[in-house]
Amino acid sequence: MTDPLDAGCAETFDLLERYVERELAHRDAATQFPGIAAHLSGCNPCVQDVEGLLAAIVAGPGPV
Amino acid sequence: MASADLTIPECLTGERSFDTESAAWVQGLVGNGPAHDRTVVRLHELLLRVARSEVHRRQGQLRITGSELDDLAHQAAADAVVGVTAKIAQFRGESRFTTWACKFAIFEVSTKIGRHFWQKPTISLEDKDWDRLPDRFGLDPARVAEWRDVIIALRQAIDLELTEHQRRIFVAIVLDGTPLDALVIELGSSRNAIYKTLFDARRKLRASLVTNGYLDDDNVRQT
Repeated sequence: MTDPLDAGCAETFDLLERYVERELAHRDAATQFPGIAAHLSGCNPCVQDVEGLLAAIVAGPGPV
Repeated sequence: MASADLTIPECLTGERSFDTESAAWVQGLVGNGPAHDRTVVRLHELLLRVARSEVHRRQGQLRITGSELDDLAHQAAADAVVGVTAKIAQFRGESRFTTWACKFAIFEVSTKIGRHFWQKPTISLEDKDWDRLPDRFGLDPARVAEWRDVIIALRQAIDLELTEHQRRIFVAIVLDGTPLDALVIELGSSRNAIYKTLFDARRKLRASLVTNGYLDDDNVRQT
């Protein structure tokens, strides 16, 4: 049985963009999305996705 | 341009309100004609740039460089464009459109790195090497003697405590270093299902090590 707070991979993916924007704007994504934070404490592939999206947004969309 | 000026079908907006830039993206993608085509081209440019950055960021997980790496980014970007356009009705405006769209590129890179693993595996999955366990756990080689009994106990627990499915997933990910996304493809499963199986396997193994006096309860709670 996993952590009861753990949101799982699917929900984490669904909310990924909101989690990342919250983190960039307020640095409190873990508080706002505790289920995702619990999941990220044990799921490296989802951590990779979060880090990738954070990097993409920080880099900016560029001249499109 | 305010979102109210844009012609977005009611079925897409409903009670939602998009920021101006997101509204422009959505309008372009749900429309027809040259404006739609231009928006798709812009979307592809954006997602290709993100996919390229991401494959370079994850390059350490792969054994490819140069044009092969760029091919992977192109494939990811193309599939991400398909994903975004197919699911545009699911965009709820709770984030900027570009953040939502970039998520698809990140996901496609993850998936393709998993597929790539099976095309060019870095290790033989038939050749299990239990001596790799200390390395996988980051144990100091100089202290192998201290850890030898723990490793033996762990190996016994893997054999005795885990179900066949748990053993397969634990060995593939922990011992062989198979990327989780690669295992998802190999087993036709989901990230979540494999993650939970691995989590349960680790709990069983820890409990076994505690029962046999190789770990204390505090260690278990912290890990």
